[in-house]
Formats: sequence, structure tokens, C-alpha cells
Amino acid sequence: MSYFSDIYNGIKTLLTGMSVTGGYFIRARKGSITQQYPDNRETLKMFDRFRGEVVMPHDENNEHYCTGCQSCEIACPNGSIEIVWDRQVDPETGKKKKMIDKHIYHLGMCTMCGLCIESCPTDAIVWAQNYENSVYDRKYLTKVLNQPGSKVKAGIED
Amino acid sequence: MNIPLNITKTIHDWLFSIMPEGVATVTEWVIVAAAYLALFAVVGLYLVLLERKVAAWFQLRLGPNRVGPWGIFQTMADALKLVSKELTSNTKIDKFLYNLAPYFVILSSLIAIGVFPFSRQFQALDINIGIFFLFAISSIGVIGILLAGWSSNNKFSMIGAMRSGLQTISYELSVGLSMLTMVLLTGSLQLSEIIEVQRTGGWLIIQGHIPAIIAFMIFMIAGTAETNRAPFDLVEAESELGAGFHTEYSGMKFAYFFLAEFINMFIIASIAVVLFFGGWLSPFGITDDITWFPESIWFVIKVLGIIFLMMWFRWTFPRLRVDQLLTLEWKYLLPINLVNLVLMAIIIWLNWTI
Repeated sequence: MSYFSDIYNGIKTLLTGMSVTGGYFIRARKGSITQQYPDNRETLKMFDRFRGEVVMPHDENNEHYCTGCQSCEIACPNGSIEIVWDRQVDPETGKKKKMIDKHIYHLGMCTMCGLCIESCPTDAIVWAQNYENSVYDRKYLTKVLNQPGSKVKAGIED
Repeated sequence: MNIPLNITKTIHDWLFSIMPEGVATVTEWVIVAAAYLALFAVVGLYLVLLERKVAAWFQLRLGPNRVGPWGIFQTMADALKLVSKELTSNTKIDKFLYNLAPYFVILSSLIAIGVFPFSRQFQALDINIGIFFLFAISSIGVIGILLAGWSSNNKFSMIGAMRSGLQTISYELSVGLSMLTMVLLTGSLQLSEIIEVQRTGGWLIIQGHIPAIIAFMIFMIAGTAETNRAPFDLVEAESELGAGFHTEYSGMKFAYFFLAEFINMFIIASIAVVLFFGGWLSPFGITDDITWFPESIWFVIKVLGIIFLMMWFRWTFPRLRVDQLLTLEWKYLLPINLVNLVLMAIIIWLNWTI
């Protein structure tokens, strides 16, 4: 008769559920998953795959890896990246060459999809781990990623 | 004029020595009322805090921890905020019933708290129909909920209130029958008498063994349903009805409903403690010989245990549908309860109690 087996199974499953949540209750002392955010600003470290904002790393000689190929600009689905470039004479080879003037990144429009970073052939742009991106004026959200006076690292296009 | 007021003999004698009998009685009433109101407020506020902390620990969170050390003043701050808020109301409400409803809810729980024996001395009203009185008072609260839902002139509040009526009327049967099972064992409805029975023969849940444990399980299920708490909170099912019957209430009127829910939880837990776990009696009589030991500590510890069980239910089980609610009551709890009552009668008849 299913009436009594229903009661038995009902009580059994309820007790199973209570043992699961009771286990959580006991283990809650060992550490909650909550971050005490403004208090732990000094020690809080984001994980490797965290998408804070797009940055362009420069080495000690103020050189970056961006060749100005515009793959990121094309890949961006909502036009957050604008690249201002021109052709200049390369002082080493004496040939005319495409070089970036400004790599403009609109953080306010970015959806953190990461397609620009996926598409970059030279890994010139990467994700930063910073998480406090709010500013008081919208104009601060438009950032120029290449530092003033920087140039592309030699040999990166080969 | 001779309602037995058993709270601390010394204050009683002192009052009667310094003023005439009539004045002393009235003064005593006022003191008792003030004490119970204070108890009511403290219990309500700290149960809300306990609920939030326990909920946080079940969900691996931290809970309130900003106001005061470990957040112990959080609910006081919340209450102050609610007192200072405007009492908004809809233009199409039934004004009289709308304003009356919170008082029904809060008064029914206030009256019920008066009959509990918190210790040997600390009991305001020791009436000889204690259990019956509690059972009668606890069903008044639902009138407040029905009035609130009706007078709000809001279809969701109305649905919530009707669900509450349906639920309370159904589950009151189970609460009553499971209490009756235990009353068979004690032979008295008076709460102090029930505890006296347990002093000599052990707690009722041990005396009555199998039927007592079944009655306790049924009482906990039906009692949780009586207080409209999860998993039986379809009265205020947030995902379906907004906030249910108290959608249109704000400020202190809302706080009355909110506090009454927690006081009702305290009442159900207290009934369970008196009926099954020996009230203020210490386990195995370990503090019986110590005269200065406050016995109400045992009462509070047991009540907190039962309340924790109800919170554990709340954060484990999903909410029932209306048809599941009625199936559980009428097809499962009620028949089991009736069989259990007969079983208890047989056990007492054959003297098989421990």
C-alpha cells in the first residue's frame, strides 16, 4: 500500500534535507562566503580570471606589444575601442609602417565580454584585476591605454 | 479580584503590606502587565535577530554585524526606524477594519503569553483550562489576518488572507488533537499541573514513548503551519502575492504583524516545551536541590531549541502548494492523529507508560 510508504519516504527525504542544511549550519563557523568588502580592501585580491578593465601592459622601456592591427576594434561588439593610428617611417628599417597614436578604450561602454583580448594576435591587451571602477564624471571612463611616448616593441610584428 | 498572581511572593507580600488590598491588587496587575509587555518586546526583537543570524549561518553568510557587537542592536534600530515611519494607507481601504486588524493579531499573542509557567513562581495566570485557553486564543489571531486582507481592498492581500484562514482552520485540528493526546497522559489541562506530572514521572515525551513522539512530530508540523512560517508561508508567499495580507501596511502596523509572527513562534515552542519536555524542569533533576537556581533558564533553553528546529525547517523545506497543504492535513496528519489518540488511550489503559 503506497499510503504508508509515502509517509515513510516523505519523512526520510525531509530528514535527508535537514541533515544537508544542518551540515551547512555547523560548518558555517569555519568561514562564510561573504566578503566584508570595504573593511578588507587592503587584503582583498581578485582571482586570475576576474575581468576588471582592459589594460595594455608596458615594459620598463615604455614599450608595448600593440601593432595597431585593429583586430580588437573590429571584434568589439559595441564600439568600446577606438584606435587612432597613422603611417610613420620606422627609424630602423626606413619603411613606412602603421603605428598606433592612441588606443582609446571607453570603459563606460564595455560589457567585459573579452572578445578584444581573445582576438589580439600579440597579447598586447589583458584584463586588469582592479574592481573599484566608479568615478564621479563620465569623461574619466574614456581611457587612453598606451602611455604617452610609448612605442611598439621591436620585433613583435615578425 | 482574586486572580492568582504567582510571580515572586516577596513583591506580592511587600505590596500588600504598604497599601490597601484593592490598590495593591491593581498595582500588581500593572506591574505584571508592564513586565509581560517588556518580555514581549524583548522576545520579539531578539527572535527576529536570532532568525536572521540562523538564516545567515544556514546560508554560509555572516548575518547582521554592523549595529553593536555582533549586530545585537540591529533589531532595535529596525524597530526605531519602523516607529518613525509614516503610516501610509490606500484611499479605498475600509478604515476601521484596517486599523483594527494589527491589534487582533498582536493582542491574541500577548494574551496567550500570560498563561505560561516560565518557572515555579513566574506565571501570571494559572487557570485550570490552560491548554484549552491557549488553543482558543491562538485561533483569534487569524481573524486579524483575515481583516487585514479584506480591508486592504487588494486582491493579493485577500488571497493571502483567505489562504491563511484555510490553513489555520485545517491545522488547528491537528494541533488540538496532538495536544489532546498528551492531555490524556496528564489528566489535566492546567499548565502547572502538567509540569507537576512530569516532575515525578519524567518528561511526557519519554512517559508516552511512541504515541508521544508521533504527537510531537505532528505538533511541530501543525504548529509551524499555525504560525504561518515557511514551509507553510503561502499566506505571504513573496513570489506570488507580494507580501500577502500585510502588503498595504507600513510603519508600526506592519511591525505588529511582523512581531506577532515571531511571538507566535515563541508560543508554539512554549506549548511544545510544556507538553513534551517538562517546562522549567531540569533534565534528570540536576538543579532540583539548588534553591537559588532560576528555573526559567531551563525553560528558555528548551524553547530556544524548539525555535531553532522551526528555523531549521524554514531554511530547509520548499513552500507547499495549496492542494499539497490540504492533502498533508486531511489525508495524512488527521488520520494519523486520530489513530495516535486511540493508541495513547490503549497504552494508558494497559498501563504501558514508562
